[in-house]
Amino acid sequence: MTEAKVALALSGAEGRHGQLQAIKPLMLTIAENEVVALIGANGAGKTTLMRMIAGLHPFAAGALHLFGRDVTAMSAHERVKAGIALSPEGRRLFGDMTVRENLMIAAENGRRGDWTIATACDAFPQITPLLDRPAGGLSGGQRQAVAIARALVVNPSVLLLDEVSLGLSPAAVDGVYQSLAALRGKMTMVVVEQDLTRAMNFAGRLICMAEGVLELDGNPAVLTREQITNAYFGIHKTTEASHA
Amino acid sequence: MLEALIQGILLGGYYAVLAAGLSLMFGVVRFINLAHGDMAVLGAMIALWLVQDVGLGVGLAIALTLPAMAALGWLMQRMIFERALRGGFLIPILTTIGLGAALQNGMFGLFGSETKSLGAHIGGLSWASWELPGSIFLGQLPVYMFLTAIVVLGTLHVVLTRTPFGRAVRATATDADAAALCGIDARRVHRGAAAIAVALAGLAGIFLALRAQVTPFAGPMLLIFAFEAVVIGGIGSLRGTLIGGIALGVAQALGGLISPQFSILAGHVVFLAVLAWRMSQSAAAERGGWRSAWAALTLKRQITRGKS
Repeated sequence: MTEAKVALALSGAEGRHGQLQAIKPLMLTIAENEVVALIGANGAGKTTLMRMIAGLHPFAAGALHLFGRDVTAMSAHERVKAGIALSPEGRRLFGDMTVRENLMIAAENGRRGDWTIATACDAFPQITPLLDRPAGGLSGGQRQAVAIARALVVNPSVLLLDEVSLGLSPAAVDGVYQSLAALRGKMTMVVVEQDLTRAMNFAGRLICMAEGVLELDGNPAVLTREQITNAYFGIHKTTEASHA
Repeated sequence: MLEALIQGILLGGYYAVLAAGLSLMFGVVRFINLAHGDMAVLGAMIALWLVQDVGLGVGLAIALTLPAMAALGWLMQRMIFERALRGGFLIPILTTIGLGAALQNGMFGLFGSETKSLGAHIGGLSWASWELPGSIFLGQLPVYMFLTAIVVLGTLHVVLTRTPFGRAVRATATDADAAALCGIDARRVHRGAAAIAVALAGLAGIFLALRAQVTPFAGPMLLIFAFEAVVIGGIGSLRGTLIGGIALGVAQALGGLISPQFSILAGHVVFLAVLAWRMSQSAAAERGGWRSAWAALTLKRQITRGKS
């Protein structure tokens, strides 16, 4: 059975914002410990898809299975207990609380496991001196590190990271990706990334979305830049001639 | 004058307890419970029933009433408020107005309309007092009530800042989605907050029954006092609520010096003054501070004068 190895399985998943069909019926399976980069232009539906998997956005149709278990009907906090963690777009830290309190909240309400505030601080050493600072006063890179650490201490089996490098300095992005590289093989990761080179270097699998549809899905080592660019802008082979 | 000031401060503890529940519900659950005052009266009525009809001691009656009120708050959140919140902005207001009317008339039917007081059941404590130098008389009951209020609000503050439940409450109040992503069940947090809020209302009602009288229809007035204390002190901070309660109590006590009828009115005046000040502050902030807001106003006046 291959079923046991599949971490996430979306079948016929559909997401709406009112009348807008943000995610068109979509099939996607992600294997255990696979590292997937999700790319696409603004409005492609990346964030909506992440929020749907995390349980913050309702499924208009279709189903989500986590390690073979149907979690479609679960709310966001139940999916955390089932093993899905999302570090959301905009980090969404609790700004009036300290970094330590932010991490404690996740540790207290998440799953038990190897990830604790101490091990998260080992993985993201830049957090340790910040523990007693209010989260609202941190720089972009620090906030992102805390947000990822907060997602880690719930001990997920599937880690979703939305807009990892958005608004960060190149140095901060390097730091975050170094820490993330250490997680490879320990959990399934889906990373939304705007920087194509970084996405291709980091992930073992590249998925490109455009207008709510999966345009491209493959190994970044095999895919060509042109294929990716075409998928990014939603340019199909049939219309390629008119765009040339 | 000094005596009135002290009495006002002591009265403030009662108003702070009354307001804290309202503030907690609004800050955490984003729910305005317009039946909050009626819940306070219900707490008083339950305690009175336990003392007068069941024959329990006052202390035991209070100890039984508060958990009962907490359970009631949990149940109301689960059965009524959660559903009302899903209906948008207007439904919670209509629901709690209806709930308040049902509570008032239900208590009228069950307990009758006469004014009742726990004061007759606590012996000499209702009039016992200490004499301070300068022949200032300090009632013992108000002092004990104020100390209880401080202990209760202090405990609540520690619970909110130091315990896992308190952190979950603050996280949910700040960002419900982010809290859910940390594995927090917002519904459980909301039910806990509602239990605390209604228990606080019950305690405030018992305070009122101890120091004065209650009638089944006293709730709306208590709601107004609670709102005033919350607005004066600012929403979402227990310290602010305590300050707001004390400010309201002091205003009423000092107003009572002028004339007994002026007591309640003085509280309203302070509330309106604070509200006006807050609104003008935010209006000025929108226009880049007081100085530029004033400059814009005079400029506008000059322009209109030029036209006519």
